[in-house]
Amino acid sequence: MFDYSQYLRNEKLPHIWCPGCGHGIVLKSLIRAVAKAGWNKDEIVLVSGIGCASRLPGYVDFNTLHTAHGRALAFATGIKLAKPEMHVIVVSGDGDSLAIGGNHFIHACRRNIDITLICFNNGIYGMTGGQYSPTTASGDKTATSPFGNVEPHFNVAELAKGAGATFVARGTSYGVPQLDNYIYQGLMHKGFSVIEAAEACFTTHGRKNRKKYGPSNLDMLKWQRDHAVSVEKAAGMSEEELQDKIITGVLHNVEKPEFTEQYQKLIDSFGGGAK
Amino acid sequence: MANPKYEFIQGNLACAKGAAYAGCKFFGGYPITPSTEIAEFMSEYLPQHGGKFIQMEDEIASIGSIIGASLTGAKAMTATSGPGFSLMQELLGYACIAEVPIVVVDVMRGGPSTGLPTSPAQSDILQAKWGTHGDHPSITIVPNSVEEMFTETVRAFNLAEFFRTPVIILGDEIIGHMREKIRIPEPGELEVINRSLPNNDGVCKTPYASDLNKPVCLPNFGKSRIHVTGLNHDDTGFPTMDPKIVARENERISMKIYHQRNLIDKFEALHCDDAKVLFLAIGSAARAAEEVVNVLRERGVKAGLFRPITLWPFPKDEFAKYAANADYIVVPEMNLGQLKTVAERFTKRTKIIPINLVNGEPLGPDTIISAVNHLNI
Ligand SMILES: Cc1ncc(C[n+]2csc(CCOP(=O)(O)OP(=O)(O)O)c2C)c(N)n1
Ligand code: SF4
Ligand SMILES: [Mg+2]
Repeated sequence: MFDYSQYLRNEKLPHIWCPGCGHGIVLKSLIRAVAKAGWNKDEIVLVSGIGCASRLPGYVDFNTLHTAHGRALAFATGIKLAKPEMHVIVVSGDGDSLAIGGNHFIHACRRNIDITLICFNNGIYGMTGGQYSPTTASGDKTATSPFGNVEPHFNVAELAKGAGATFVARGTSYGVPQLDNYIYQGLMHKGFSVIEAAEACFTTHGRKNRKKYGPSNLDMLKWQRDHAVSVEKAAGMSEEELQDKIITGVLHNVEKPEFTEQYQKLIDSFGGGAK
Repeated sequence: MANPKYEFIQGNLACAKGAAYAGCKFFGGYPITPSTEIAEFMSEYLPQHGGKFIQMEDEIASIGSIIGASLTGAKAMTATSGPGFSLMQELLGYACIAEVPIVVVDVMRGGPSTGLPTSPAQSDILQAKWGTHGDHPSITIVPNSVEEMFTETVRAFNLAEFFRTPVIILGDEIIGHMREKIRIPEPGELEVINRSLPNNDGVCKTPYASDLNKPVCLPNFGKSRIHVTGLNHDDTGFPTMDPKIVARENERISMKIYHQRNLIDKFEALHCDDAKVLFLAIGSAARAAEEVVNVLRERGVKAGLFRPITLWPFPKDEFAKYAANADYIVVPEMNLGQLKTVAERFTKRTKIIPINLVNGEPLGPDTIISAVNHLNI
């Protein structure tokens, strides 16, 4: 059995998350991926913003930084550039990383800075009680779309790819072994990697959309299972068939110059810089 | 001194050179007039000296990036002006509660909103104290010359590192852009304070254990594997809602500043001892006021200038002492009375003569003279 305790601040448990919340599932996935990477805990900085997902760093025995809503990537960029030898991982909800933090998200992608972002995409503002987020499906009822969400939603992976991220993958909190693998690959990737973890928040979201997702938190997880389609399989499906599907897999993986390495080259061109 | 080095430079450049002197190794910023020259200098200087410069996507990101860099141990700074300073307010509060040393330069311009981008103002006096939500400390320094833009920037880093708190430098468009000849201090000539770190190989699990005489000793990210948060936290750095601890810590982050304010206070008192007409002014307005004081003295009027160099915390006792003796307290400022509201707390309201200019023009000696000529002096 995998020993999580050496990665957790065990005295900080139990965590705040609801039964059936995807955040704990992704936390364990992250721990397994870090263990596989064999990284020294002292050399990892785990950064988050604000939200249910962003409470995660408090539980993990790395250097951890719980910032302000939406700003995790801004802090993380400063950390990574100031001290590139640190492994910098950002965990952030869909609201945190794509609404209030959307500008930082696209610019971190563009810079291709060597940070791994795990986007905990439950398609809702969980912490504030279930208001619609930039990834809430159209038509879903939420605390601020009581008649159904009239806005379209972001495709996180396409957004990341378009903005310049060099590794993009999507998994679900149901398909855990795959998610482990995507996170591990993201950690290993040199450059900005985005791993979207499609999740569910029954407490604030599923509860209001039982017809669509089923009557319980477990049904909401099963909904993920039934709607996940591998990127290979998706290639042969029509746009219509893909409408409500979650396309999973490594969606983008290219090599491009990494920001902090480019900056170091500049410093080196001056002889390393007199201190 | 062997070969004293003189330079004829603008205030913004002096500020950037002061930062370099203090050992600044990280600058994150977003261009905005009239502060941009600071970023431009740092973008050239830092990579040549093993430091890092980054132009972030906005001012929120800028201050976020320097807080992150500071947590790795780098002395870090950003520079902006009114609109950008407004955007930085939330994370300024973050640096206060998480006790992360940073230096934020605000070269003030006309406002509100986009206002007058290229014109001087002293519009952010109160924002520097109260801009971010919640009770919090503010150390704010207001230089009034190119030389002070250099030396006071060094002092700003010293105070930030010692007290573990953000320090704000309020320049204004005049001080930022005017050129004066200054002597560049030799290395070692000005005191440079570096962050104190925990002994014991740097490992510390109670980074926020502190009392008023001993600032927190937060280790850099590394072996201690600390947790840093903007939530109220206890000695370990982890969130708490224990009312006793929350109250104690909220009070401590402010009181740590007041408790050792002898290390922070700095002001200039020109002819204040017998002053019957006491000017209270800062920054470029203080330069005009100084000239007026000299003119009035020549006329035989007992005039004096009280100029806070550390504006926050306000040097209230010294000001109150001089104000008590004066018949008039004249407060010239390039806003609608921000410094005046401070003066009112420490002297008789009826003695105060405000002089306010918000038309984008510099507040010169003429304006002040014609205002005081109406007085019965
Ligand atoms: C500046 C600011 N605006 C709003 C909030 C309130 N707020 C806290 S968490 C949150 C949304 C979190 O949603 P998400 O990032 O998706 O995380 P989740 O809770 O779903 O895991 C909001 C709006 C805040 N803390 N700060
Ligand atoms: S409210 Fe939703 S996101 Fe927050 S812990 Fe509960 S299930 Fe998870
Ligand atoms: Mg969410």
